[in-house]
Amino acid sequence: MKKIEVLGPGCANCKRLEANAREAVVMAGIEAEVVKVTDYGRIAAYGVMSTPGLVIDGKVVSYGRIPSAGDIALWLSE
Amino acid sequence: MTTLRLGAARRFQPPLRLTVGVSAGAWLVAWFAEAPLSDWLTFSVLGLERGSQFGEAVAFFLLDVPKVLLLLVGIITVVTLIRGFFPPERVRAALAGRGRMTGTVGAASFGIVTPFCSCSAVPLFIGFVEAGIPLGVTFAFLISSPMVNEVALVLLWGLFGPGIALVYMAAGLTVAIVGGLVIGRLGMERYVEDYVWALQGKGVTLVAAPLTWEDRIHDAWAYTKDLVRRIAPYLLIGIGIGALIHGYAPTDLVAAIGGRSNPLAVPIVVLIAIPLYSNAAGTIPIVQALLGKGMPLGTTLAFMMAITAISLPEFIILRRVIRWPLIAAFAATVTIGILFIGYLFNFLIV
Repeated sequence: MKKIEVLGPGCANCKRLEANAREAVVMAGIEAEVVKVTDYGRIAAYGVMSTPGLVIDGKVVSYGRIPSAGDIALWLSE
Repeated sequence: MTTLRLGAARRFQPPLRLTVGVSAGAWLVAWFAEAPLSDWLTFSVLGLERGSQFGEAVAFFLLDVPKVLLLLVGIITVVTLIRGFFPPERVRAALAGRGRMTGTVGAASFGIVTPFCSCSAVPLFIGFVEAGIPLGVTFAFLISSPMVNEVALVLLWGLFGPGIALVYMAAGLTVAIVGGLVIGRLGMERYVEDYVWALQGKGVTLVAAPLTWEDRIHDAWAYTKDLVRRIAPYLLIGIGIGALIHGYAPTDLVAAIGGRSNPLAVPIVVLIAIPLYSNAAGTIPIVQALLGKGMPLGTTLAFMMAITAISLPEFIILRRVIRWPLIAAFAATVTIGILFIGYLFNFLIV
Protein backbone atom coordinates (compact mmCIF):
# COMPACT_ATOMS: atom_id res chain seq x y z
CA MET A 1 0.00 0.00 0.00
CA LYS A 2 1.32 3.38 -1.01
CA LYS A 3 1.33 6.38 1.24
CA ILE A 4 0.54 9.80 -0.23
CA GLU A 5 1.22 12.90 1.84
CA VAL A 6 -0.20 16.30 0.96
CA LEU A 7 2.03 19.01 2.46
CA GLY A 8 0.40 22.33 3.27
CA PRO A 9 -1.19 24.36 6.05
CA GLY A 10 -4.68 23.88 4.64
CA CYS A 11 -5.18 26.65 2.10
CA ALA A 12 -7.41 26.30 -0.95
CA ASN A 13 -4.59 24.93 -3.12
CA CYS A 14 -3.77 22.22 -0.59
CA LYS A 15 -7.39 21.08 -0.58
CA ARG A 16 -7.45 20.97 -4.36
CA LEU A 17 -4.27 18.89 -4.41
CA GLU A 18 -5.73 16.53 -1.84
CA ALA A 19 -8.84 16.07 -4.01
CA ASN A 20 -6.66 15.38 -7.07
CA ALA A 21 -4.62 12.86 -5.10
CA ARG A 22 -7.74 11.00 -3.99
CA GLU A 23 -9.02 10.98 -7.56
CA ALA A 24 -5.64 9.69 -8.75
CA VAL A 25 -5.81 6.76 -6.34
CA VAL A 26 -9.13 5.73 -7.91
CA MET A 27 -7.75 6.26 -11.43
CA ALA A 28 -4.63 4.20 -10.77
CA GLY A 29 -6.78 1.52 -9.16
CA ILE A 30 -4.31 0.89 -6.37
CA GLU A 31 -4.38 0.76 -2.60
CA ALA A 32 -3.15 4.03 -1.16
CA GLU A 33 -3.65 6.15 1.89
CA VAL A 34 -3.87 9.95 1.58
CA VAL A 35 -2.61 11.92 4.59
CA LYS A 36 -2.49 15.66 5.13
CA VAL A 37 0.67 17.09 6.67
CA THR A 38 0.03 20.50 8.20
CA ASP A 39 2.93 20.66 10.65
CA TYR A 40 5.42 23.28 9.41
CA GLY A 41 8.42 21.48 10.86
CA ARG A 42 7.55 18.30 8.99
CA ILE A 43 6.88 20.20 5.76
CA ALA A 44 10.26 21.91 6.07
CA ALA A 45 11.96 18.59 6.76
CA TYR A 46 10.96 17.53 3.25
CA GLY A 47 12.72 20.64 1.88
CA VAL A 48 9.44 22.06 0.57
CA MET A 49 9.08 25.84 0.83
CA SER A 50 6.29 26.41 -1.64
CA THR A 51 3.12 24.64 -0.72
CA PRO A 52 1.28 22.54 -1.65
CA GLY A 53 3.77 19.70 -1.83
CA LEU A 54 3.09 16.09 -2.73
CA VAL A 55 5.00 13.15 -1.28
CA ILE A 56 4.60 9.56 -2.43
CA ASP A 57 6.17 6.92 -0.20
CA GLY A 58 8.48 9.45 1.43
CA LYS A 59 9.66 11.00 -1.86
CA VAL A 60 8.74 14.58 -2.86
CA VAL A 61 7.24 14.38 -6.35
CA SER A 62 5.93 17.92 -6.71
CA TYR A 63 5.85 21.24 -4.89
CA GLY A 64 4.47 24.72 -5.47
CA ARG A 65 1.99 23.49 -8.06
CA ILE A 66 -1.12 21.39 -8.33
CA PRO A 67 -0.49 18.41 -10.58
CA SER A 68 -3.54 16.93 -12.25
CA ALA A 69 -5.10 13.69 -11.05
CA GLY A 70 -3.85 12.07 -14.27
CA ASP A 71 -0.23 13.02 -13.54
CA ILE A 72 -0.46 11.81 -9.95
CA ALA A 73 -1.98 8.53 -11.12
CA LEU A 74 0.98 8.10 -13.46
CA TRP A 75 3.46 8.64 -10.62
CA LEU A 76 1.51 6.23 -8.45
CA SER A 77 1.71 3.45 -11.00
CA GLU A 78 5.46 3.95 -11.56
CA MET B 1 20.48 15.64 -1.90
CA THR B 2 17.41 14.16 -3.43
CA THR B 3 17.13 14.30 -7.17
CA LEU B 4 13.68 14.30 -8.62
CA ARG B 5 12.24 13.50 -11.95
CA LEU B 6 8.92 15.14 -12.64
CA GLY B 7 6.54 15.89 -15.44
CA ALA B 8 4.37 13.38 -17.13
CA ALA B 9 2.79 12.99 -20.52
CA ARG B 10 -0.47 14.88 -20.71
CA ARG B 11 -3.09 14.03 -23.25
CA PHE B 12 -4.37 17.19 -24.91
CA GLN B 13 -6.49 17.85 -27.96
CA PRO B 14 -5.49 20.84 -30.15
CA PRO B 15 -1.75 21.45 -30.73
CA LEU B 16 -0.35 23.68 -28.01
CA ARG B 17 1.26 26.15 -30.41
CA LEU B 18 -2.06 26.74 -32.14
CA THR B 19 -3.91 27.38 -28.87
CA VAL B 20 -1.23 29.78 -27.62
CA GLY B 21 -1.01 31.58 -30.99
CA VAL B 22 -4.76 32.04 -31.36
CA SER B 23 -5.14 33.23 -27.75
CA ALA B 24 -2.31 35.75 -28.10
CA GLY B 25 -3.82 37.06 -31.35
CA ALA B 26 -7.27 37.38 -29.83
CA TRP B 27 -5.76 39.22 -26.85
CA LEU B 28 -4.00 41.76 -29.08
CA VAL B 29 -7.13 42.42 -31.15
CA ALA B 30 -9.16 42.91 -27.98
CA TRP B 31 -6.49 45.23 -26.51
CA PHE B 32 -6.53 47.61 -29.47
CA ALA B 33 -10.26 47.42 -30.15
CA GLU B 34 -11.21 47.98 -26.53
CA ALA B 35 -11.04 51.79 -26.20
CA PRO B 36 -12.88 52.70 -29.45
CA LEU B 37 -15.42 49.97 -28.77
CA SER B 38 -16.26 51.17 -25.27
CA ASP B 39 -16.48 54.76 -26.51
CA TRP B 40 -18.84 53.74 -29.30
CA LEU B 41 -20.91 51.65 -26.88
CA THR B 42 -21.29 54.50 -24.38
CA PHE B 43 -22.00 57.41 -26.64
CA SER B 44 -23.54 55.86 -29.79
CA VAL B 45 -25.31 52.68 -28.69
CA LEU B 46 -26.41 53.88 -25.26
CA GLY B 47 -26.70 57.43 -26.61
CA LEU B 48 -25.29 59.07 -23.47
CA GLU B 49 -24.22 62.66 -23.63
CA ARG B 50 -20.49 63.42 -23.69
CA GLY B 51 -19.48 65.51 -20.68
CA SER B 52 -22.60 64.65 -18.68
CA GLN B 53 -21.97 63.20 -15.21
CA PHE B 54 -23.76 59.94 -15.95
CA GLY B 55 -22.22 59.58 -19.39
CA GLU B 56 -18.69 60.06 -18.05
CA ALA B 57 -19.27 57.57 -15.24
CA VAL B 58 -20.51 54.91 -17.67
CA ALA B 59 -17.67 55.60 -20.10
CA PHE B 60 -15.14 55.23 -17.28
CA PHE B 61 -16.64 51.89 -16.26
CA LEU B 62 -16.87 50.45 -19.78
CA LEU B 63 -13.33 51.55 -20.58
CA ASP B 64 -11.62 50.36 -17.42
CA VAL B 65 -13.27 47.01 -16.77
CA PRO B 66 -12.22 45.31 -20.03
CA LYS B 67 -8.84 47.06 -20.00
CA VAL B 68 -7.88 45.85 -16.53
CA LEU B 69 -9.31 42.37 -17.12
CA LEU B 70 -7.32 42.03 -20.35
CA LEU B 71 -4.14 43.21 -18.63
CA LEU B 72 -4.72 40.82 -15.73
CA VAL B 73 -5.25 37.81 -17.97
CA GLY B 74 -2.35 38.63 -20.30
CA ILE B 75 0.27 39.78 -17.83
CA ILE B 76 -0.47 37.25 -15.13
CA THR B 77 -0.28 34.33 -17.54
CA VAL B 78 3.11 35.53 -18.77
CA VAL B 79 4.43 36.40 -15.29
CA THR B 80 3.29 33.07 -13.87
CA LEU B 81 5.00 31.27 -16.71
CA ILE B 82 8.26 33.15 -16.10
CA ARG B 83 8.27 32.74 -12.37
CA GLY B 84 7.75 29.00 -12.73
CA PHE B 85 11.51 29.08 -13.33
CA PHE B 86 12.21 30.80 -9.98
CA PRO B 87 10.64 28.66 -7.26
CA PRO B 88 11.58 29.69 -3.69
CA GLU B 89 13.60 26.49 -3.39
CA ARG B 90 15.86 27.73 -6.18
CA VAL B 91 15.98 31.29 -4.78
CA ARG B 92 17.11 29.88 -1.47
CA ALA B 93 19.93 27.98 -3.13
CA ALA B 94 21.00 31.17 -4.92
CA LEU B 95 20.93 33.27 -1.72
CA ALA B 96 22.61 30.86 0.67
CA GLY B 97 26.11 31.93 1.61
CA ARG B 98 25.97 35.43 0.07
CA GLY B 99 27.18 38.52 1.87
CA ARG B 100 24.76 40.80 3.69
CA MET B 101 24.43 43.40 0.93
CA THR B 102 24.36 41.04 -2.06
CA GLY B 103 21.98 38.76 -0.22
CA THR B 104 19.59 41.56 0.72
CA VAL B 105 19.49 43.09 -2.76
CA GLY B 106 19.18 39.64 -4.31
CA ALA B 107 16.36 38.62 -1.96
CA ALA B 108 14.42 41.82 -2.66
CA SER B 109 14.85 41.36 -6.42
CA PHE B 110 13.83 37.72 -6.35
CA GLY B 111 10.76 38.86 -4.42
CA ILE B 112 9.47 40.46 -7.63
CA VAL B 113 9.32 37.21 -9.55
CA THR B 114 8.58 34.63 -6.90
CA PRO B 115 5.02 33.75 -6.04
CA PHE B 116 3.86 34.52 -2.55
CA CYS B 117 0.81 33.99 -0.44
CA SER B 118 0.32 34.36 3.31
CA CYS B 119 -0.10 30.60 3.61
CA SER B 120 3.41 29.97 2.32
CA ALA B 121 5.11 32.64 4.46
CA VAL B 122 5.92 30.17 7.23
CA PRO B 123 7.43 27.31 5.18
CA LEU B 124 9.34 29.97 3.30
CA PHE B 125 10.72 31.52 6.47
CA ILE B 126 11.73 28.13 7.87
CA GLY B 127 13.33 27.17 4.57
CA PHE B 128 15.44 30.33 4.49
CA VAL B 129 16.59 30.08 8.11
CA GLU B 130 17.32 26.39 7.64
CA ALA B 131 19.69 27.19 4.78
CA GLY B 132 21.56 29.64 7.04
CA ILE B 133 20.28 32.75 5.24
CA PRO B 134 20.53 35.77 7.61
CA LEU B 135 17.35 37.17 9.13
CA GLY B 136 17.65 40.54 7.35
CA VAL B 137 17.93 38.88 3.95
CA THR B 138 14.90 36.72 4.72
CA PHE B 139 12.87 39.77 5.67
CA ALA B 140 13.93 41.66 2.53
CA PHE B 141 12.29 38.82 0.64
CA LEU B 142 9.24 38.75 2.91
CA ILE B 143 8.70 42.48 2.31
CA SER B 144 9.31 42.56 -1.42
CA SER B 145 7.49 39.37 -2.39
CA PRO B 146 3.94 40.45 -1.45
CA MET B 147 4.51 44.17 -2.08
CA VAL B 148 5.91 44.01 -5.60
CA ASN B 149 3.39 41.58 -6.99
CA GLU B 150 2.01 41.30 -10.48
CA VAL B 151 -1.59 42.15 -9.57
CA ALA B 152 -0.50 45.46 -8.04
CA LEU B 153 1.71 46.22 -11.03
CA VAL B 154 -1.02 45.36 -13.53
CA LEU B 155 -3.55 47.53 -11.73
CA LEU B 156 -1.15 50.46 -11.55
CA TRP B 157 -0.22 50.04 -15.18
CA GLY B 158 -3.81 49.67 -16.36
CA LEU B 159 -5.23 52.52 -14.33
CA PHE B 160 -2.32 54.97 -14.04
CA GLY B 161 0.05 54.04 -16.86
CA PRO B 162 3.32 52.09 -17.10
CA GLY B 163 5.43 54.90 -15.56
CA ILE B 164 3.72 54.73 -12.18
CA ALA B 165 3.93 50.93 -12.19
CA LEU B 166 7.71 51.20 -12.63
CA VAL B 167 8.02 53.88 -9.92
CA TYR B 168 6.05 51.59 -7.62
CA MET B 169 8.37 48.69 -8.37
CA ALA B 170 11.48 50.78 -7.64
CA ALA B 171 9.97 52.18 -4.44
CA GLY B 172 8.92 48.69 -3.30
CA LEU B 173 12.41 47.34 -3.90
CA THR B 174 13.89 50.23 -1.94
CA VAL B 175 11.62 49.63 1.06
CA ALA B 176 12.47 45.91 0.95
CA ILE B 177 16.24 46.44 0.74
CA VAL B 178 16.40 49.16 3.41
CA GLY B 179 13.92 47.24 5.60
CA GLY B 180 15.98 44.06 5.27
CA LEU B 181 19.21 45.87 6.17
CA VAL B 182 17.57 47.54 9.18
CA ILE B 183 16.07 44.30 10.50
CA GLY B 184 19.41 42.58 9.94
CA ARG B 185 21.11 45.23 12.12
CA LEU B 186 18.63 44.88 14.97
CA GLY B 187 20.09 41.51 15.97
CA MET B 188 16.76 39.93 16.83
CA GLU B 189 17.74 36.32 16.14
CA ARG B 190 16.72 35.34 19.67
CA TYR B 191 13.08 36.02 18.78
CA VAL B 192 13.02 33.22 16.23
CA GLU B 193 11.38 30.11 17.71
CA ASP B 194 13.87 27.49 18.89
CA TYR B 195 12.46 24.68 16.79
CA VAL B 196 13.25 26.68 13.65
CA TRP B 197 16.93 26.92 14.61
CA ALA B 198 16.91 23.23 15.42
CA LEU B 199 16.00 22.50 11.81
CA GLN B 200 19.02 24.41 10.51
CA GLY B 201 21.16 22.37 8.15
CA LYS B 202 18.77 19.42 8.33
CA GLY B 203 16.73 20.24 5.25
CA VAL B 204 16.82 18.44 1.96
CA THR B 205 17.73 20.38 -1.15
CA LEU B 206 15.18 19.64 -3.81
CA VAL B 207 16.39 19.79 -7.37
CA ALA B 208 14.04 21.80 -9.55
CA ALA B 209 11.83 19.50 -11.48
CA PRO B 210 12.19 19.48 -15.26
CA LEU B 211 8.64 20.38 -16.22
CA THR B 212 7.60 20.36 -19.85
CA TRP B 213 6.30 23.49 -21.57
CA GLU B 214 2.88 21.88 -21.66
CA ASP B 215 3.01 21.50 -17.88
CA ARG B 216 4.15 25.08 -17.43
CA ILE B 217 1.59 26.64 -19.76
CA HIS B 218 -1.13 24.50 -18.26
CA ASP B 219 -0.14 25.55 -14.71
CA ALA B 220 0.12 29.24 -15.64
CA TRP B 221 -3.28 29.26 -17.30
CA ALA B 222 -4.94 27.36 -14.44
CA TYR B 223 -3.44 29.83 -11.94
CA THR B 224 -4.51 32.87 -13.97
CA LYS B 225 -8.06 31.61 -14.42
CA ASP B 226 -8.38 30.95 -10.71
CA LEU B 227 -6.89 34.32 -9.72
CA VAL B 228 -8.94 36.41 -12.16
CA ARG B 229 -12.11 34.59 -11.15
CA ARG B 230 -11.36 35.38 -7.51
CA ILE B 231 -10.61 39.07 -7.93
CA ALA B 232 -13.00 39.96 -10.76
CA PRO B 233 -16.02 40.64 -8.49
CA TYR B 234 -13.97 43.07 -6.37
CA LEU B 235 -12.61 44.67 -9.48
CA LEU B 236 -16.12 45.25 -10.86
CA ILE B 237 -17.30 46.78 -7.60
CA GLY B 238 -14.13 48.86 -7.29
CA ILE B 239 -14.34 50.22 -10.81
CA GLY B 240 -18.08 50.80 -10.31
CA ILE B 241 -17.45 52.96 -7.25
CA GLY B 242 -14.54 54.59 -9.08
CA ALA B 243 -16.90 55.43 -11.93
CA LEU B 244 -19.34 57.09 -9.54
CA ILE B 245 -16.56 59.15 -7.98
CA HIS B 246 -15.31 59.98 -11.43
CA GLY B 247 -18.71 61.21 -12.50
CA TYR B 248 -20.10 62.72 -9.33
CA ALA B 249 -17.74 63.30 -6.39
CA PRO B 250 -16.82 66.93 -5.86
CA THR B 251 -13.10 67.51 -6.30
CA ASP B 252 -12.88 69.75 -3.25
CA LEU B 253 -14.07 67.06 -0.88
CA VAL B 254 -11.49 64.47 -1.93
CA ALA B 255 -8.73 67.03 -2.07
CA ALA B 256 -9.54 68.07 1.49
CA ILE B 257 -9.06 64.50 2.80
CA GLY B 258 -6.34 63.04 0.62
CA GLY B 259 -4.93 66.09 -1.06
CA ARG B 260 -1.71 67.98 -0.76
CA SER B 261 -3.11 70.45 1.74
CA ASN B 262 -3.62 67.70 4.32
CA PRO B 263 -0.22 66.86 5.86
CA LEU B 264 -1.65 63.72 7.48
CA ALA B 265 -2.95 62.30 4.18
CA VAL B 266 -0.21 59.65 3.94
CA PRO B 267 -0.70 58.11 7.41
CA ILE B 268 -4.48 58.32 6.97
CA VAL B 269 -4.48 56.31 3.74
CA VAL B 270 -2.04 53.78 5.26
CA LEU B 271 -4.46 53.29 8.18
CA ILE B 272 -7.38 52.90 5.77
CA ALA B 273 -5.40 50.37 3.76
CA ILE B 274 -4.61 47.98 6.63
CA PRO B 275 -8.01 46.23 6.81
CA LEU B 276 -8.20 46.20 3.00
CA TYR B 277 -5.32 43.72 2.85
CA SER B 278 -4.87 41.93 -0.44
CA ASN B 279 -7.82 43.64 -1.97
CA ALA B 280 -5.93 45.82 -4.36
CA ALA B 281 -8.36 44.90 -7.14
CA GLY B 282 -11.30 46.45 -5.32
CA THR B 283 -9.55 49.50 -3.95
CA ILE B 284 -7.12 50.72 -6.59
CA PRO B 285 -9.81 51.73 -9.10
CA ILE B 286 -11.34 53.85 -6.33
CA VAL B 287 -7.95 55.40 -5.63
CA GLN B 288 -7.48 56.10 -9.31
CA ALA B 289 -10.74 57.98 -9.41
CA LEU B 290 -9.68 59.87 -6.28
CA LEU B 291 -6.31 60.68 -7.80
CA GLY B 292 -8.14 62.11 -10.77
CA LYS B 293 -9.79 64.35 -8.22
CA GLY B 294 -6.52 65.54 -6.76
CA MET B 295 -4.85 62.82 -4.65
CA PRO B 296 -1.06 63.17 -5.10
CA LEU B 297 1.28 60.41 -6.28
CA GLY B 298 3.11 59.77 -3.00
CA THR B 299 -0.17 59.26 -1.16
CA THR B 300 -1.30 56.87 -3.88
CA LEU B 301 1.91 54.83 -3.76
CA ALA B 302 1.74 54.64 0.04
CA PHE B 303 -1.84 53.42 -0.16
CA MET B 304 -1.01 50.67 -2.65
CA MET B 305 2.03 49.56 -0.65
CA ALA B 306 0.08 49.45 2.58
CA ILE B 307 -2.61 47.31 0.95
CA THR B 308 -0.15 44.75 -0.35
CA ALA B 309 2.51 44.71 2.36
CA ILE B 310 0.79 45.38 5.70
CA SER B 311 -1.09 42.18 6.30
CA LEU B 312 -2.45 41.38 9.75
CA PRO B 313 -3.17 37.73 8.81
CA GLU B 314 0.44 37.35 7.69
CA PHE B 315 1.78 38.87 10.92
CA ILE B 316 -0.36 36.47 12.93
CA ILE B 317 0.71 33.49 10.85
CA LEU B 318 4.39 34.44 11.31
CA ARG B 319 3.89 34.01 15.07
CA ARG B 320 4.36 30.29 14.37
CA VAL B 321 8.04 30.94 13.70
CA ILE B 322 8.94 34.25 15.34
CA ARG B 323 7.92 36.01 18.56
CA TRP B 324 6.04 39.28 18.87
CA PRO B 325 9.01 41.68 19.28
CA LEU B 326 10.36 40.62 15.89
CA ILE B 327 6.91 40.75 14.29
CA ALA B 328 6.51 44.26 15.70
CA ALA B 329 9.93 45.27 14.36
CA PHE B 330 8.97 43.88 10.94
CA ALA B 331 5.61 45.70 10.91
CA ALA B 332 7.17 48.95 12.11
CA THR B 333 9.96 48.85 9.55
CA VAL B 334 7.54 48.27 6.68
CA THR B 335 5.15 50.96 7.88
CA ILE B 336 7.89 53.57 8.34
CA GLY B 337 9.27 52.71 4.90
CA ILE B 338 5.85 53.19 3.31
CA LEU B 339 5.25 56.50 5.09
CA PHE B 340 8.68 57.69 3.97
CA ILE B 341 7.99 56.79 0.33
CA GLY B 342 4.63 58.56 0.53
CA TYR B 343 6.05 61.82 1.89
CA LEU B 344 9.09 61.66 -0.38
CA PHE B 345 7.05 61.46 -3.58
CA ASN B 346 4.60 64.08 -2.41
CA PHE B 347 7.58 66.33 -1.75
CA LEU B 348 9.40 65.56 -5.01
CA ILE B 349 6.50 65.72 -7.42
CA VAL B 350 4.49 68.89 -7.27
